[in-house]
Amino acid sequence: MAIKVYSTPTCPYCLRLKKYLSDEGVSFDNIDVASDEPGLREMVNVSGQMGVPVVVIDGEVIVGFDQAKIAQKLGI
Amino acid sequence: MDLVIIGAGPAGITAAIYAARKSLDFVLLSKDLGGQAALSSDVENYTGYQFITGPDLVSKFEEHLKQFNIRFHIGEQVRGVSKKADASFVVDSDKGSYESRTVLVASGRRPRWLDIPGDREFRNKGVSYCATCDGPLFSGKAVAIIGGGNSALDACLQMMPIAQKIYLVNVNPSLDGDEVMRRKVQESPKVEILNNARSREVLGDGFVKGLKVAVNGAERELSVEGVFVEIGSVPNNEMADFVGKNPYGEIVVDHLNQTNVPGVFAAGDVTNVPEKQIIVAAGEGAKAVLGIFRYLSQRGQES
Repeated sequence: MAIKVYSTPTCPYCLRLKKYLSDEGVSFDNIDVASDEPGLREMVNVSGQMGVPVVVIDGEVIVGFDQAKIAQKLGI
Repeated sequence: MDLVIIGAGPAGITAAIYAARKSLDFVLLSKDLGGQAALSSDVENYTGYQFITGPDLVSKFEEHLKQFNIRFHIGEQVRGVSKKADASFVVDSDKGSYESRTVLVASGRRPRWLDIPGDREFRNKGVSYCATCDGPLFSGKAVAIIGGGNSALDACLQMMPIAQKIYLVNVNPSLDGDEVMRRKVQESPKVEILNNARSREVLGDGFVKGLKVAVNGAERELSVEGVFVEIGSVPNNEMADFVGKNPYGEIVVDHLNQTNVPGVFAAGDVTNVPEKQIIVAAGEGAKAVLGIFRYLSQRGQES
């Protein structure tokens, strides 16, 4: 399952999201949109907004750290 | 059950730990974990930690919470609390309904919305209520920060190394907040401070393109891609509409955390207790549950 996380290094919910995935043993690609401009444009394109974090799981876009939704999607 | 705790910020989490240690039959309901503490950047005044970030402190709280066999439902939004004829309560959420002998409201506060045309439409599309979260997305861009107190100054300091130009839009004649922060902001060549400035409308097309303000009554359009709102906070008091509040909407509690409705207690930033601090909220959560335990024991003997 391909998982992409768009985040910034300072955003508290990004940190919580990444910690949550790591704790659950889920591997993911992290895109730091604070320094990666094409990455930021990509995030805006797929999510239609500028808030972080954004997580994309198998093509499904989840904006914010919505733990219940992420858990359901990952089956954890 | 004995108790429903509403909210999982420092007050609610501490309350849950105390309730577990008192072996109360309870549930902790919250839309998120950590509340405002999870959004604090640096915490330097929580005893035992000389420096810790908000998210790290919340992780510590969560670890502590998980030491106990606690039923906690994160992602569950409480809609309302109602009183039954037998002096117990029903707590309704978006996912269920709970009957309980007591309720602890520890629902905290949320940012005060700007509430001008464009605010809602462009939220997360340039309008942000969390500079710590979204600030880095505006690297090299012009932004407006709305507010004139410490949180606005803090947002301004965070944006100074990132943004190309910052308008600080302050409704009052002069800036409020700490002198040290104020001076740094005033000395920055990137920051233009607009006093007596009222925000009128967020402009844009899909995403934010500008902010219309009235400075001393004269209209002006700021060309910005980001609008950060830091105009204070309001208590999350809606679910307990039958308890007494002060003119600021804060739930009024006595020194035992009791509201004017027997069996309904409140703790933390949603209450009229002065000083909105993580450590104060945590202490209030502990105090409330010890009071609830006493209340339940006394009632138990009567009935």
